[in-house]
Amino acid sequence: MLESIVLSGVAIGCIYALIGITYNVMFSASRVFSFTAGALGMLGGVLGSLFIAQVGMPLIAGFILALFGGVVLGIVTEIVAVRPVLKSLDQHLYVLSTLALALMVQQFTAIEWGTDARPFPRLLDFARGGFDQQFWLPILACAVVIVGLELLYRHTLIGHAFMAIAEDTYAARALGLPERRLRMTSYALAGAIGALAGFAGGEMLLAFFGNAPLLTFYGFVPVALGGVGNNRGAVVAGLLLGLFQQAANFLVGGIFASVAVFAVFIIVLLVRPEGLAGAALQRRV
Amino acid sequence: METPVAQSQPSRAIALGSLSALSAGLPFLVLFVVGVALPLFGGGYWGVIATRACVYWVLVSGLNLVVGFAGQIAIGWVALLTLGAYTASVLVAGNVTPPFPPYLALVVAAAVGAVFGLVIGLPALRLRTFYFAITTVGFATIVTQVALAWQSVTGGGVGVAGPIFPPPFSSEWGFYYFCLGLAAICTWTTANIASSRFGRALTAIRDAEVAAEASGIAKPALLAMVFLFSGAVAGVAGGLFAALQSYITPDAFTLDLSVLFFIAILIGGRSSIIGPLLGTILLTVLPEFAAPLVAWSTFLYAVLLLVIVLAIPGGIAEILDFKSRRPLDSHRAIIPRPDLLPRLFGSPTDGSLTLEQVALSFGGVQAIDGLDLEIRPGQVHGLIGPNGSGKTTTLNVISGFYVQQRGIVRLNGTALPARAHNKRAHMRIARTFQTPRIVGSASVLQNVMIGGTIDGKGTFAESLFSLPRHRRDEAVLRDTAMLALSAVGLERLASVRIDRLQHSELRFVEIARALMLRPAYLLLDEPAAGLSAEEIKRLGALLLAIARAGIGVLVVEHHPDLIFDICDHITVLNLGRKLAAGTPAEIRTHREVVYAYLGG
Repeated sequence: MLESIVLSGVAIGCIYALIGITYNVMFSASRVFSFTAGALGMLGGVLGSLFIAQVGMPLIAGFILALFGGVVLGIVTEIVAVRPVLKSLDQHLYVLSTLALALMVQQFTAIEWGTDARPFPRLLDFARGGFDQQFWLPILACAVVIVGLELLYRHTLIGHAFMAIAEDTYAARALGLPERRLRMTSYALAGAIGALAGFAGGEMLLAFFGNAPLLTFYGFVPVALGGVGNNRGAVVAGLLLGLFQQAANFLVGGIFASVAVFAVFIIVLLVRPEGLAGAALQRRV
Repeated sequence: METPVAQSQPSRAIALGSLSALSAGLPFLVLFVVGVALPLFGGGYWGVIATRACVYWVLVSGLNLVVGFAGQIAIGWVALLTLGAYTASVLVAGNVTPPFPPYLALVVAAAVGAVFGLVIGLPALRLRTFYFAITTVGFATIVTQVALAWQSVTGGGVGVAGPIFPPPFSSEWGFYYFCLGLAAICTWTTANIASSRFGRALTAIRDAEVAAEASGIAKPALLAMVFLFSGAVAGVAGGLFAALQSYITPDAFTLDLSVLFFIAILIGGRSSIIGPLLGTILLTVLPEFAAPLVAWSTFLYAVLLLVIVLAIPGGIAEILDFKSRRPLDSHRAIIPRPDLLPRLFGSPTDGSLTLEQVALSFGGVQAIDGLDLEIRPGQVHGLIGPNGSGKTTTLNVISGFYVQQRGIVRLNGTALPARAHNKRAHMRIARTFQTPRIVGSASVLQNVMIGGTIDGKGTFAESLFSLPRHRRDEAVLRDTAMLALSAVGLERLASVRIDRLQHSELRFVEIARALMLRPAYLLLDEPAAGLSAEEIKRLGALLLAIARAGIGVLVVEHHPDLIFDICDHITVLNLGRKLAAGTPAEIRTHREVVYAYLGG
């Protein structure tokens, strides 16, 4: 029993962490949180199921196309919902524009794909038993992404450019960095990560349009608690969230587990609005 | 000294005010008459639609204060509708308690709504925008899940019957009139709040939070009242919604509905009542005309939301605001009337505002380092120094936005509490800002009235129902604001939307707003920045007159002419330390000052 709680907790925690990283990658490039993070995760599952189970594509092709779908949504988010409102960041219009886009994606999926949860295909038939694909796939995806991002940010030129933009947009622009192109690349990258989260977690979450708002919320918890822009923090907080949720699931039942997660989230945030690992910002007068 | 201008201006303003109140009330009256006459036009189905519009508006009217006025992005308000609906239905059905009469159940629903409105809303005090938005979404999701799971009470997925109101409200049109009546009450009360000092304070929190705090507006108390009110009407709306549906299941309360409420407000426009009202009617009725598109309605709402945010952030209200398109006189001068100042102020006070050995560093940077300063009533004190010398930081310590790490700020000998920035106004310490902090969509007069918020006597509840004390407060605030505007020379622009003013005029508006506090001390942060030479002269005369009326004035400035012209005493800062202090004549010849400014 304990083993299955831990396994599913870690697996679902990895999915939340990946969505959290999606939020972070978009935030670092633009100082904007986007509601489309959850929609990206949902889309990864739906597209994977569509291409592999419905259309019957080979695994690799379906996987690449699903990620590509995420990349497209990421870029569309940047062009349609983020770029036009960046000028007036203090008015928080991005909250509304990204919400609108996320709702459009969600509703479009509901209408075209259907409102029922559909199964996600089994990808690889080995390691049956306790340590199933539905558990190790999200864990593997999370590990690949976090290692990949570390390598990218620390050891490549474009990664350094990303860091520069995240640190100080104006200074980066003054240095001649192509800020807009880097931002779009970041959003494309975030789109791929979000879709990967949904794809890897497809078997647990199913291909279901309603995953969008759930992932939007549960994926934001690791960001808020792990510290904004802190990917390692997001992974730690995501894992804790997954384990806590699965344990609560087992102890008090699914519904009240969500209540418990929500309560903990609110309480932690009220006590430490900057997150467990973040530092308080000095307010500007 | 009595002057005809000062006499006539305020009374004309009141006359104008009541006239504009009448014309502003006209659209509401038309809508109400159409609403009352509706049964004459249409059949039963339109009755249901109209009732639904009324029910939605009961909720949206309250949410409008939260979203449209206070600017809090509360997306998951459907949670309160759900709570109200289940409370009313379960109490009337008698699942847990002996059956309640419907009206009592509606009252309990309002109470439950109010409590949870506060619970969902209060995180807004601590959390940033997106965090708050997402917690409201999370709350909405969870309420629905609980409704689904708590079968013994809510009936789970099967649902529960909605309350039925006794005659005369049992028939379809009878219930419609009941809802229409409540909708009208909600319109009236929220319009009252909107035009009260509470409504102005909400918009100040939204657009100019720092200025709101400096004016003594207590954000927590104000938002708490608004969340209580908004929650209560949402609870009532829930009860009505359940009665209208006649049977409720958790499926009826999707987040889509929340989005509808939210978009209705955004379509309508911020700081408006009529806009969101029209938006609500539009969004309720629109799907009925486009039957084939029903499945796409939420998608279309989302498209609408995106279009509004990107194309017309002002919403319907801004489109209908014809007045603000009339061109303003382009050759207008600011002619202050210092002779009016004595009428704004009471008798001058003694004592002084002093800083003793105040120090504050940010990280490794010592912003101010052991500063002594004394501001005396009746005098102008100039604070000058190169950029980064700690002038604005000093001002922020005095007004409580920064907390000094060492030293004391004393007012008449008593130490001022640290960090209590919204208490400074109560001590009659007023200030202006380097960049004017204003509510762009409000009129000049309304912006100035914000400065007098703490002097109102009436409570939130009195303003809701426009009771005598509320009306007296408003009249006094309006008169004082007109007087303050006349004193700074802007009375002719009183009714103009403030974002149409020039930068230099905004500086004078900020002074007028500060004067509303009848300050004992007035702190000005670079008031001459962006002013023409002529305007600087007038500003100087105005500030000097303010000081001579018995106010202690502290001016942070770069313009040497202004400082040397009007100051009684000057303190020169360099790298957070006092470089020199003395009269203008002493400072002019001070060797180190000349070095600091011209280089050695």
